[in-house]
Amino acid sequence: MKVSAIITLKKDVLDPQGKVIHQALDGMGFENISEVRQGKYFEIDVNENDPNKAKAVVEDMCKKLLANLVIENFKIIETQ
Amino acid sequence: MRSSVITFPGSNCDRDMDVALKKFGFNNKMVWHDESELPKSDLVVLPGGFSYGDYLRCGSMASKSKIMQSVINFAKSGGLVMGICNGFQILVETGLVPGVLLRNKYLEFICKNVFVKLDNKENTYFKNLNKDILEFHIAHNEGNYFCTKDQLKEIEDNNQIAIYYCNKEGKIEDQHNPNGSIKNIAGIFNKEKNVLGMMPHPERMIDQSLSGEDGSIFFKNLINNIK
Repeated sequence: MKVSAIITLKKDVLDPQGKVIHQALDGMGFENISEVRQGKYFEIDVNENDPNKAKAVVEDMCKKLLANLVIENFKIIETQ
Repeated sequence: MRSSVITFPGSNCDRDMDVALKKFGFNNKMVWHDESELPKSDLVVLPGGFSYGDYLRCGSMASKSKIMQSVINFAKSGGLVMGICNGFQILVETGLVPGVLLRNKYLEFICKNVFVKLDNKENTYFKNLNKDILEFHIAHNEGNYFCTKDQLKEIEDNNQIAIYYCNKEGKIEDQHNPNGSIKNIAGIFNKEKNVLGMMPHPERMIDQSLSGEDGSIFFKNLINNIK
């Protein structure tokens, strides 16, 4: 089954890319924005039918490789 | 003195480091990332470059490669491990030194000479060095050192800050911080001071006519300290 993971920077970590994107959007006329934060999205097809087991595997992946927990948080979403 | 330089796919300062280590008397071996055993070494170097194309996060893939388990064991048993630039990024991803390296504050790749100030000489890397301010070269996109407040307190309490970005006179100020690093930090030790990660490249400063010789001073002193 497919499991997705979203990795985002923690609140107090500076995100210079997000800031530049914000400025660009602002320049394009999207003025009603207070902040942009950039993150990463993974879609992982796990050979597992039990959703809880599949999510547990992806959680382990996030902790060990996909996210760096000093600066990032992760959220797991079951997609299929 | 025996040294090993680990080459990952995408490393590009491995041969410069090999030249530098040999020039100052190390018997150096190049070790491919896919090996599982380290040769007998007094010093292991993780060189600069773009291991695995900087995919995911700089250094993250290399930190999980086969040889790294031996490097981690070597470091944990007190062996000297030095990570330069991408090697520093690999070290933080293994957790051997605290913190992370983020994108440079102004999103530029920075390639220039900088001055760094040594903070702590009670370690094998800097003991007996007769200079406190060295001119090294930096070339990186992700050198913006960051750690949590708790980590920073621990790092300061244990004297783990190895070098700071500064000016020629050794002043550590915001305007001499090239990349936005917390407290102008350019290099960090582990608690035991046998593992050193730093963004600047001493191996690029070993030729009088090309670059100046602050790297020579560093390597000569290092091999004497290991002997």
